[in-house]
Amino acid sequence: MTCAEAFQAYALRAIGIGERALPQGEITVCEQAVLIGSGMIWNVYFLVLALSLGFFFAVGLALAKASDTRLIRKPAEWFIFLFRGSPLFIQFFMAYEAFVMIPRLGFEFELFGIAIEAETRWFARAWLGALIVLFFNTSAYAAEIFYGALRSIPKGDLEAADAYGLTGWKKFKRITFPTTMRLAWPAYTNEAIFMFHATALVFFSSFPTFQQRGDALYYASYFADRTFNPFIPYPIVAAYFVVLTLVIITIFGAINRRLNRHLPQDQRRRLRLRPTLLR
Amino acid sequence: MFTFCEDPSTLSSLPWFACYLTNGVHMLFYQSFLTVFALLAVAAPLSLAFGFLAATASRSPIAPARWLGKGYTSMVRGIPDIVFFLFFVLVLDQGIEYIRHVINCPDWDEPIRQGANFLVCDAARTPQGNAAQWVHETYNFGLAVFTYAIVFGAFCGNVLFGAMNAVPRPQLETAAAYGMTRRQAFWRVLVPQMWIYALPGLSNIWVILIKATPLLFLLGIEDIVYWAREIGGSRNSRFAYPHPDWRFWYFLGLLIFYLCFTRVSEVVLARVTKRLSRGQATAGGEAMRKAAA
Repeated sequence: MTCAEAFQAYALRAIGIGERALPQGEITVCEQAVLIGSGMIWNVYFLVLALSLGFFFAVGLALAKASDTRLIRKPAEWFIFLFRGSPLFIQFFMAYEAFVMIPRLGFEFELFGIAIEAETRWFARAWLGALIVLFFNTSAYAAEIFYGALRSIPKGDLEAADAYGLTGWKKFKRITFPTTMRLAWPAYTNEAIFMFHATALVFFSSFPTFQQRGDALYYASYFADRTFNPFIPYPIVAAYFVVLTLVIITIFGAINRRLNRHLPQDQRRRLRLRPTLLR
Repeated sequence: MFTFCEDPSTLSSLPWFACYLTNGVHMLFYQSFLTVFALLAVAAPLSLAFGFLAATASRSPIAPARWLGKGYTSMVRGIPDIVFFLFFVLVLDQGIEYIRHVINCPDWDEPIRQGANFLVCDAARTPQGNAAQWVHETYNFGLAVFTYAIVFGAFCGNVLFGAMNAVPRPQLETAAAYGMTRRQAFWRVLVPQMWIYALPGLSNIWVILIKATPLLFLLGIEDIVYWAREIGGSRNSRFAYPHPDWRFWYFLGLLIFYLCFTRVSEVVLARVTKRLSRGQATAGGEAMRKAAA
């Protein structure tokens, strides 16, 4: 099988389009690279959805944790503690077992005029179940980062806002929120990278693969088991992850520049290309 | 364990649970917690040593040593640790067998990689095919621990390198002014002072390491996750202790175990940080000095 053929057959294999059977016998480097790349679709899917949805939840959680009302603060604190204090791997296992226990039901509802039949067994599938776990997990980590940033907003900024007569929502929207984001962004970039790496765990915890449609690492370990040669599939996965990590850094770096654009040149906080390993 | 456990089917729920939770497989389950602690006890100092070597190499005036150190410490930045776990276990296993193959069987003329096979002579099999079960288990565990040490050594290397650079430059200049050699300044001035800068990063890595221990399961070790899955699955009436699928509750137990473990670690590490800040030229140390005065 040539490279072009391998690409045609397997480029979208991970989402169920293309050749059904995985390569047997002699597996070429091309086939490995294409299949692992197609598995990467899942990693990106989990990253993008969990991170973009988690962002809003995390802001809410951070505000709740910073709240003066005990009734709001405590649940947020516990939620953050629960998801930051325990291994993601165990969270996956537990969530899966919990989702399996849900009785099988079907719901019909309409979304944008299209009738959709939702089923509770979707929860036990990786695309929904693992996404929920990752969403909660990244929300908790990001909330802690945002909370830290919220606490370190310069006092003067808030006093200036008061002096200008800004209160409530307006003060939050114009002063508190942008400053929080500006302060939190380098750490949040780090979290995004960790989150991306965590997506590799999905198909290694209890969530089963459906018709061998797995993520990048799933295919890599499949090839390593088949060929008994770890030196080809794992470096391929590693290369994919490095490239996409660089993409994340580029995108987040652009946002960081925008968040800091009002500052004088020398005060702008550069996004370091060597993210600190804080988690 | 208890004398009344002979026929569990006749027991009411409280003694039933007392018997159930102390039966043979549960004892194995409790022992596997020791596996986790053993992993932490060996992997943590080992990765600190690897990290120290890597950080020292990254500062070396010799370029190849510097490249090696930097390359090693930066490998964990872009690639998930789980990839390394899966990779290194296989590589170490094959590497050991290959070296033993070259030493033990010099007159072997077939290629080692034949298509999808990795063939070494019988004398190079590690552990030997006829070895006892515990040898196999210990060997696998050793490979896993070493893999953890490699990956977390890279994490530690990052932190220690940053800490070494964080020690105020004048300290080293003073050492040089007193006539200390590079080596003396390193051991007598830099190393004792760097720990306070390294501690926040190292405590963070410790917590990450704790949270990475369930991944042992993926490396084929019979750890707590393995036993939780094994015992928790439903048991029909042919077994002495029939029960439905209880895996959720077992994982809940593991979750609480990890929550407590990380919490205790955080409290202890906060104390250590406070202790190490004493007399240091940092904001924390300064605050303590002022509070005392």
